[in-house]
Amino acid sequence: MEKTKASDRLEVLKTYKIYIGGQFPRTESGRYYIPTNAAGKKLANVCLSSRKDFRDAVVSARGAFGGWSSRAAFNRSQILYRMAEMLEGRKAQFVDELVQQDASKIKAEKEVNLAIDRLIYYAGWCDKFQQLFSAVNPVASSHFNFSVPEPTGVVAIIAPQGDSLLGLVSVIAPVIAGGNTCVVLASETKPLCAVTFAEVLNSSDLPGGVVNILTGRPAELASWFVDHMDVNATLYCENNSDTQKMIREKSATNLKRVSFYDKINWYGEEGQSPYFIMDTQEIKTTWHPVENIAGAGGGY
Amino acid sequence: MFDQPLKPFEPIKLIEPIKMAKATVKKKPAAKSNTIKLKFDTSWTYAPAPESKSAATINKQYDLFINGVWQKPISKKYFDTINPANEEKLSEVADANAADADKAVKAARSAYDKVWKKMPAKERAKYIFRIARMVQEKARELAIIETLDGGKPIRESRDFDVPTAANHFFYYAGWADKLEYAFPNRRTEPLGVAGQIIPWNFPLLMAAWKIAPALATGNTVVLKPAETTPLTALKLAEIIQEADLPPGVVNILTGAGSTGAAIVNHPGVNKIAFTGSTEVGKIIQRAIAGTNKKVTLELGGKAANIIFEDAPVDQAVEGVINGIFFNQGHVCCAGSRLYVQESVAKEVIRKLKDRLESLIVGDPLDKNTDIGAINSKAQLETIKKYISIGKKEGAEMYESSCLLPGKGFFCRPTLFTNVAQSNRIAQEEIFGPVLSVLTFRTDDEVIEKANNSPYGLSAGVWTDKGSKIFNMTKRMRAGVVWANTFNKFDPASPFGGYKESGFGREGGLHGLSAYVNIV
Repeated sequence: MEKTKASDRLEVLKTYKIYIGGQFPRTESGRYYIPTNAAGKKLANVCLSSRKDFRDAVVSARGAFGGWSSRAAFNRSQILYRMAEMLEGRKAQFVDELVQQDASKIKAEKEVNLAIDRLIYYAGWCDKFQQLFSAVNPVASSHFNFSVPEPTGVVAIIAPQGDSLLGLVSVIAPVIAGGNTCVVLASETKPLCAVTFAEVLNSSDLPGGVVNILTGRPAELASWFVDHMDVNATLYCENNSDTQKMIREKSATNLKRVSFYDKINWYGEEGQSPYFIMDTQEIKTTWHPVENIAGAGGGY
Repeated sequence: MFDQPLKPFEPIKLIEPIKMAKATVKKKPAAKSNTIKLKFDTSWTYAPAPESKSAATINKQYDLFINGVWQKPISKKYFDTINPANEEKLSEVADANAADADKAVKAARSAYDKVWKKMPAKERAKYIFRIARMVQEKARELAIIETLDGGKPIRESRDFDVPTAANHFFYYAGWADKLEYAFPNRRTEPLGVAGQIIPWNFPLLMAAWKIAPALATGNTVVLKPAETTPLTALKLAEIIQEADLPPGVVNILTGAGSTGAAIVNHPGVNKIAFTGSTEVGKIIQRAIAGTNKKVTLELGGKAANIIFEDAPVDQAVEGVINGIFFNQGHVCCAGSRLYVQESVAKEVIRKLKDRLESLIVGDPLDKNTDIGAINSKAQLETIKKYISIGKKEGAEMYESSCLLPGKGFFCRPTLFTNVAQSNRIAQEEIFGPVLSVLTFRTDDEVIEKANNSPYGLSAGVWTDKGSKIFNMTKRMRAGVVWANTFNKFDPASPFGGYKESGFGREGGLHGLSAYVNIV
């Protein structure tokens, strides 16, 4: 929102909206907040999402779950790779936004590069983690028995406040690589990249509703994220012990799976692993009898 | 043994043409239906075949098993445990209070720090193998006590509960020194002291499910059996003592809910493993908020069991009967919601009723008994409450005409037809021998109905078509899915639920992660 000289072309400012069901609505509440950078510069009029926005987003995420979870893992992999391509193509814009949000140019470039690489990393896992974490179980009775991971459902994520792009990508990617859908609350103080990332998602063949991104205040929305009866899991990335306690307590309403990523350095090797995917997976075990004809021998 | 003279063998009359609904229409022969009905009113009856109680020793009183020795409870209180089949007192057991729990947790902590964590894994393994062997050696005694204390048929405790418990120790014993193979690219660390609270439906087996993986991964244990079925866990304590397991590695506290709460709330506990009701599971989840305790919960269920028209009907009926009446229906994964495709509903329901009629209800110690005693008076009342709710909701009840013993807690095997999806008997867990039968027409409809439950522990599907099996097993939101079978369990097979049936798995490779930090 810089003032321009009279001779200059007037810059077209971007309206930062939220992302629900593949659309870019404004918050239904009509509210906004103005995050600023360290120098006190206003970043934008950002949507101050409401509980109702969250509920709408959960409806979208639930609606998208059946289709997304039953896509071929290979197809999900292709789409995550496409997301990386789109992000690469818009690198400059993300670097700009990170710089506006106080990052140095070098650090901003590093963050964007890592975010792109992280998408590639999880694109590769989409059709592999199942093989790693599945088992054919040698049961004693005459049954064929196997266990495979399956996505848990709708995941409500309160993204890292600090690494507003890399952190965001690092928590979304494993969740959707595993076939879940999600509603994400972006960094409150640094929301720009999250909204622009929604534009990347929107142009990446990712079906609407798989990822829904809200901007707003964790202090206002966190309790609704864990209260909702149609959310299956919650990820929380901050080290606020009161909020963590509240999340554990409220998650009991429908026994949400809860993970806290409060000690993760998203820049390091520990910031990525298939175990993040497994945090929002269920193990399903299937049994079927094997015909056992006396005298048939081993069949060799 | 034979107090009645043996009857000479006479062939059982099996075949009788089906009687059509309106017998007055004489000229229409019933022969068009080539289905046959089993006829049970023959003169052939089962002679009593009771297992002897003499092969089991039950003490008059049991103390708490803490730090490898039997200790009087600080609470100074004891409570009775009875045989639900005749309401007679079997023994009395200590009622542990918070001070007792504190003592047990401290013993477990000390054993963890000083002995168990430092012991080479292969030595740890051998202790668990040793326990497995001793459970096998004392299998008959354990089975008798399990049946006396819990009311389940001796056939089940003898052929299922006890051997599966032993096998569970065997299975996890072998993992102890192989954990580096279980988690790709990672190492594991034990959590410390595990507090474990188990239910009354499979007392010894649940103790094995909890203790075996905890020990194999290097944790120490404080275990609380259910208040109505403490005896086999106490027998297991004797085995553990006999196996020379280092003192404090396993501690067993008897008591009711307050004892469980004392374990859950103890700051020295690193992990809670609970099997029981969803309601209590939620209380535990809330109680550990704000702590670093890890938790796994194996809770209630309302499994959908689906029969398609192309299913082998007789096998399916047998599976449905086993699915709901196994262990008096006291099974969290019981197939309590039956969905039958409309085209075969009539036939299936008739066969179910016939089969219901043939189930032998009575003395749990009798080897011929199919359905034993309901575990407690309170549970019997819960079941009766649901039966009356079912009637009030307009469902049609059918129960076996069998006679029930005069003493003890017994319930006739029961089924409801004309059940609506929204009826409480189709939504809530009854935990007894009561089956709700619903119908459907299409695959999509039945998936929608089957998944329309806050629970997601288990499910079943019966069809002859392979591709349909995989379609259904994939789409059903449940942790264990049985296709053309039901209620099968194995130490190598992970067990646990989706949604409000809890989280974490027990059994198999996946059961290890409940007891380790992955680093």
